[in-house]
Amino acid sequence: MPVLVFSESANGVFKKSNFEAVSYGARVAALLNTEAVVVDFEGLSDEVLKTLGDYGATKVYRVSNDLLKNFDAGLYAKVLNDVAQKLNCTTVVFSFNYSGKAIAPVLAAKMNAGFVAGAIDLPGMDGSSMKIRKNVFSGKAIALYAIHSQNKIIALTPNTVAPVKTENKCSIENLEVAINNTDNKVKVKEVVKASGKITLSDADVVVSAGRGLKGPENWGMVEEMATILGAATACSRPVADIHWRPHEEHVGQTGLTVRPNLYIALGISGAIQHLAGVNGSKVIVVVNKDPEAPFFKAADYGIVGDVFEVVPKLNEAFKKFKAGA
Amino acid sequence: MKFLVCISKAPDTTTKIAFIDNNTKFNNDKVVFIVNPYDEWYALVRALELKEKLGGSVTVINVGAADTDAIIRKALAIGADDAVRIDAEPVDAMFVAKQIAEYVKANPYDIVLCGKETIDYNGSEVGGMIAGLLDWGYVSLASSLELNGTVATLNREIAGGHETVEASIPFVLSAAKGMAEARIPNMRGIMAARTKPVAVVAASANENHTSILSYELPKEKTGVKLISPDNVGELISLLHNEAKVI
Repeated sequence: MPVLVFSESANGVFKKSNFEAVSYGARVAALLNTEAVVVDFEGLSDEVLKTLGDYGATKVYRVSNDLLKNFDAGLYAKVLNDVAQKLNCTTVVFSFNYSGKAIAPVLAAKMNAGFVAGAIDLPGMDGSSMKIRKNVFSGKAIALYAIHSQNKIIALTPNTVAPVKTENKCSIENLEVAINNTDNKVKVKEVVKASGKITLSDADVVVSAGRGLKGPENWGMVEEMATILGAATACSRPVADIHWRPHEEHVGQTGLTVRPNLYIALGISGAIQHLAGVNGSKVIVVVNKDPEAPFFKAADYGIVGDVFEVVPKLNEAFKKFKAGA
Repeated sequence: MKFLVCISKAPDTTTKIAFIDNNTKFNNDKVVFIVNPYDEWYALVRALELKEKLGGSVTVINVGAADTDAIIRKALAIGADDAVRIDAEPVDAMFVAKQIAEYVKANPYDIVLCGKETIDYNGSEVGGMIAGLLDWGYVSLASSLELNGTVATLNREIAGGHETVEASIPFVLSAAKGMAEARIPNMRGIMAARTKPVAVVAASANENHTSILSYELPKEKTGVKLISPDNVGELISLLHNEAKVI
């Protein structure tokens, strides 16, 4: 009973989170003395799919169908359920990203599976049960879950378990699955993606700014820092609410949760609601003129100073560093 | 149009998280519980707006013990017409979804709305599971909902952007920011909520597939290293050599 991993690309290119899921699936499979197989719904080329073998997949099954060209969580779950049955898989792994969050719960219902949404480390085995940790209370605590059911689904939180490269090679096979028009209940009419920008949810470095910037006209230096560092830009809730910045940039309790390697907060006080969206970041740098700003308590590095003086200096220093690196 | 809004009880955002019984239980003591913000601000309010425009009814449903009555009354005060409480401890997401799905099978609705996640267990699960159990369409992370007859147009968040989708009733959605603005209940709403019907329904037998064995608190930050604003080069060297993130 191989472990099944759902794979997804961004326009034919795999993101790190996809390799993480494949590698995680391979390591779970090793614990279960089985192999990890991957399913692709995008009809990607052999050349692209082969790279998944580097992360431990032994086989990639390609399911090609026009109805799968547009994302529909219910349809994807239905087809995955059929694939899992065909291949006799009882454990399915997803990345806990937009697609995983949409498909995995529907599949859990169809497979009657125990589901851990947002795993942060590898499972431990306890007989036929799996024990897995995940973040709860918006990152303020960690819970150890047990999955008791035979069928199990794990969605791995991005940037928590690093992908491991192996010497493994995978084969690729086309898989026929019958799909009816009536299985497609939600129809995509239009897709809008910001081009050229680094996606906030999977950026390694995020430069974020808040009310301390005093006005939208002062974001030039924030964007400059993001450009130098190859980072995505983000903002605090008040700044999005007064329309200084687009809502897509709002990170925090009611906005987006990010887990970059480096989160740089400029002129953000660090309200608990904001911290809930960023506390999974590996390293946090805070620049704020108020030494009492609560954000400093959650930070690894801090500079107490006026953003209008500190940020231009930082940009110069980052530029020099990047030029030398 | 008949809207069913799933609401969950969650500790207020500012709650200090602590555990008891050898770290196996969340410490409820002195915790203020609220309607999970995504359920209230986005799912419930949008259902109310559409009902006001198009007619129909808005029912809230909760799986919980009698102590969730306070949050049910809050949802009624904001404007829901009636409420259903399925009388059971919500042991895991699948258990909750099965209870709600079974209720919907016996009492049909057109659109089931959930918040995009609860702020306590952050799973983003119940909506998708209900859709899977009922074999209805599912739109996750919806940031808008418009209705034209029985066809809905929604925006949903995707990696690096958003997309517009169409779904025919019945379907399930999970609501994210942008769907609606929070409403504060007025005095009339609060008074009216006292007499609105709350049906208490016995839970159906369902075993749970997952359980929580224990909790822990994340490692505390060792303390912030402060760098002088006159020596920003030191920060760059620390990020490169010590933290190894640039």
